[in-house]
Amino acid sequence: MNEVLLVGGMALVTFLVRYPVLVLVTKIPLPDRVFRALRYVPPAVLAAIIVPAVLMPDGANIDVSPTNSYLVAGIASAIIAWRTKNLLLTIVLGMAIFLLLRALTGGFA
Amino acid sequence: MSIPRAEFLAGVKATIPLVIGAVPFGIIFGALSITSGISVLGTMALSVFVFAGSAQFIGVSLVAAGASIPVIVLTTFVVNLRHALYSATLAPFVKHLPQRWLLPLAYFLTDESFVTASTHYYEPGDLTHKHWYYLASNLTLFISWQSATWIGIFAGTRIPDPTRLGLDFAMSVTFIGMMVPLIKTRPVLAAVIVASVVAVLTFSMPNKIGLIIAALSGVLAGVFVESRSPDSQPEPPPIAEESRA
Repeated sequence: MNEVLLVGGMALVTFLVRYPVLVLVTKIPLPDRVFRALRYVPPAVLAAIIVPAVLMPDGANIDVSPTNSYLVAGIASAIIAWRTKNLLLTIVLGMAIFLLLRALTGGFA
Repeated sequence: MSIPRAEFLAGVKATIPLVIGAVPFGIIFGALSITSGISVLGTMALSVFVFAGSAQFIGVSLVAAGASIPVIVLTTFVVNLRHALYSATLAPFVKHLPQRWLLPLAYFLTDESFVTASTHYYEPGDLTHKHWYYLASNLTLFISWQSATWIGIFAGTRIPDPTRLGLDFAMSVTFIGMMVPLIKTRPVLAAVIVASVVAVLTFSMPNKIGLIIAALSGVLAGVFVESRSPDSQPEPPPIAEESRA
């Protein structure tokens, strides 16, 4: 494995989806409809990352059983986030619930 | 205290909770990269020059699975395509800035700093100095990510299988904590539901292309529901002329 090529290639394509797009869109005025549509990018992308991660922890099969600590702790975290609107509390409590569930379901065994 | 300084400190403060979620993920990355056969220097270079957590994670997993460099680079590109959406979303707010600002704002962009910065930009208030907040969020995450990678390289390799500990849940819980407060209107709820369903349905597609399909589907769903329910339309975007000052 040529690491220079690996890192260089990954760095280049990542840079290309960040910088040129930012510069281009600052130069051309976005139609108001597009600008309004982009407001939905943050929630949509976060949902698209989170839901498969907690619903399919093995990366292939949907697991809705109560022994799926990712799903149970994920739902608990969502409720905490909704009720408290406190990011720090959500992360700390969510991780604690997850680790507790993992211990109870023998996930560390 | 000057306004840029206040914005910068507020950006650091808003990002600190996200660091707690990013650090375990960075530690796993460092450990996983070393066990995948990548050198210490290569692992640090990935964190410094690529600086995209999930793409780095998938990249080193592909190395371990014996994938070729073109396949890994293509996958990285697809996984990071969402950054093009992030850049397009943030661009209207930073168009008054010179090039020397746009480069660091783009280079250090992450999921976390994007959500933090865009939330701040959508809030009412003068836009002129909000890029200090955005930069602060970027830099806070960059420094944390490098430190976490470093810890993972040296401490993480002592853990036989870091993924078995479930530290990867740290990223999920962080993103949940960022997403839930954003769901304030029916169009946003529609965007979240549709993106979730499509993400699960397209999960087995190659190169993680399902992620961008799901994100775009969610955006379209949000626009559709917004057009059907005029009463739940968000307030006009806060693009003020004075932001060009």
